[in-house]
Amino acid sequence: MTLFLEQLLNGVQFGVMLFLLAAGLTLIFGIMGVINLAHGSIYMIGAYAGTWVAAETGSFWLGIPAGLAAAAFAGVVIEFLVVRRLYGRDHLDQVLATFGLILIFNQAITMLFGRQPLFVSMPALLDGSVELLPGLFYPVYRLAIIVVGLLVALGLYLLINKTRVGMLVRAGSTNREMVRALGVDVRLLYTLVFGLGALLAGLAGFMAGPILAVQVGMGEQILITTFVVVVIGGVGSIRGAFFASLILGIVDTSLRAYLPGLLRQIMVGPEADALGAGISSMGIYLLMAIVLLIRPKGLFIRNS
Amino acid sequence: MILKKALLAISVSAFAVLPALAQDAVKIGMITTLTGPAGYLGQDVRDGFKLAMEDGKLGGVPVDLLVEDDGLKPGQGKQIAERFLNEDKIKLFTGIVFSNVAGATVPDIVDSGAFYVSPNAGPSNLAGKECNENYFVVSWQNDSLHESAGQLATNLGYKKAFILAPNYQAGKDALAGFKRYFKGEIAGEIYTRLDQTDFAAELAQVRAAKPDVVFQFHPGGLGITFLRQYEQAGLMKEIPMVVAEPSMDGVTLAAVGDAALGLNLTSHWNSDFDNAANKKFMDAWNKAYNRPVTYYAAQAYDTALAYASALKATDGNIDDADAFRAALRKADFESVRGKFSFGPNQHPVQDWYALKVEKGPEGKPIIKTVGEVFKDHGDAYAAECKM
Repeated sequence: MTLFLEQLLNGVQFGVMLFLLAAGLTLIFGIMGVINLAHGSIYMIGAYAGTWVAAETGSFWLGIPAGLAAAAFAGVVIEFLVVRRLYGRDHLDQVLATFGLILIFNQAITMLFGRQPLFVSMPALLDGSVELLPGLFYPVYRLAIIVVGLLVALGLYLLINKTRVGMLVRAGSTNREMVRALGVDVRLLYTLVFGLGALLAGLAGFMAGPILAVQVGMGEQILITTFVVVVIGGVGSIRGAFFASLILGIVDTSLRAYLPGLLRQIMVGPEADALGAGISSMGIYLLMAIVLLIRPKGLFIRNS
Repeated sequence: MILKKALLAISVSAFAVLPALAQDAVKIGMITTLTGPAGYLGQDVRDGFKLAMEDGKLGGVPVDLLVEDDGLKPGQGKQIAERFLNEDKIKLFTGIVFSNVAGATVPDIVDSGAFYVSPNAGPSNLAGKECNENYFVVSWQNDSLHESAGQLATNLGYKKAFILAPNYQAGKDALAGFKRYFKGEIAGEIYTRLDQTDFAAELAQVRAAKPDVVFQFHPGGLGITFLRQYEQAGLMKEIPMVVAEPSMDGVTLAAVGDAALGLNLTSHWNSDFDNAANKKFMDAWNKAYNRPVTYYAAQAYDTALAYASALKATDGNIDDADAFRAALRKADFESVRGKFSFGPNQHPVQDWYALKVEKGPEGKPIIKTVGEVFKDHGDAYAAECKM
């Protein structure tokens, strides 16, 4: 039972990390209609900037504003210099241009920091494990990620549902042309949304630093999964991204944790392990295929 | 500092495009992994190989080293090999770090009559029935890395092991190798993903199985992440680990730091080896690069020496493949690991050592050689190889 709870926490923790990335991606895709492959690069920039500052100053906490600022700045610059020219183009051009950005950023980071991964040590406050239930130890840092992720989700909920900017964002994601026709400064809104998405990606990147290695290409590893989240949750829906992230996080974790064991009961050892590992890495894509069959627009978009 | 590095990098890459090649240089094609989390492995392979090139020469013969990045993608490695073979007419190849890339690429190379000398990957499928007279491995056959770890775990008296490796050829070889020499019971066995970044789910299973030792094979950035998360989960104090060198190289150690103290590992080479060739290598490395040395660099250095010995013996004439092959097979070079020879399947026969992470004289953890595990150890597949 404690093992199950621990795996559930692992799933939720993976889920909120995905959410931080997917929230930005789904807004950009939903409101601006731009496929931004470079979102993973922004995640990487946040991680590198934050980790570098934290390592140079010796303070983990100083890394947070540095990572966020660098990511948001990179996001706004990318929007201003590249993405702004892509709104009218088709998706292929957007994919090509933002894929080019990935290559440029990866090479630039390699030149600046080298190929060996960067590391930041955890602040003493968040180091170590805590006993949540008798026998259930869980790393404090991962709990902190869950808390921060949920707070961000709450903040986004309030921002999107209770403010004027949020109203424009919602309007933009349902009917872009109409918002434009009503005389809203769409350009500003776009830059704002892009910057916000970048900020969240940077936050995710910096928080990932102490657990994962900060390395060139770290963004691409998680980007595909993030796109799966966006598709399952429904393009443009923050609520969808939130629930899809959690579902995906938990499904992925529990497949990895339990599938080989289940298969081992009906098959011989090594084959079960290899097959289990194979199927569990396909799991989220299978889930996406099923969702697309049943609800082609995503789980949280009303079919109209 | 960063700016200086950037300028340096820009100027270096500007030079790289200049055609500075002599007409009669022997071309060597290096396909290796330079990008992604495992990028530092390929970087060390490339830089270690270059250390052995004196004034652009190997064995007195001018060579032209062409380096391409496979990005850890088998398809990309295959494409580069085709281009090297058909357009650049390259006959000598090396560089591949990962077994899945090697599996897709090496057969094409050797089937077309070119040579491949591996500085790292030694997958089992190419060591036995599918061995080839133009395919040499200077590093090790994959299994033997982990056979030594299995033997060490047995020697240390562990009875119940939990074992983990990524789900690809080298991972399967790793678990097979460990199990071949580990005499205790296997408490659990998990295949992770080669692109996995978070091991929380696996670590929870390790904790629940209560083994008395953990063996894991995760090369490059994977291993760093694994070890850090293992430590963060509080497992480092609870369950000791025995690994082979890919899971604890110089870079991994620098990243994990004090948390790795007491870790047992096995290797065929270590930076503290007391032989003339190794001292020369370590001096050259420390002079040229300001970063921790890894065994990838040492193996690539040996690979370059192997090519140098054959180029020297044949006077740079690689058109006579039989003579070149015979010269390579002699392994007439001073390896940084001391004794070295090729077995019947042209994979190494060498000694394996027990290493331990200890506090060094400057207070930083270092990897120290503490004993021997195997003497003149070949591999399990040599008997299946008919040449």
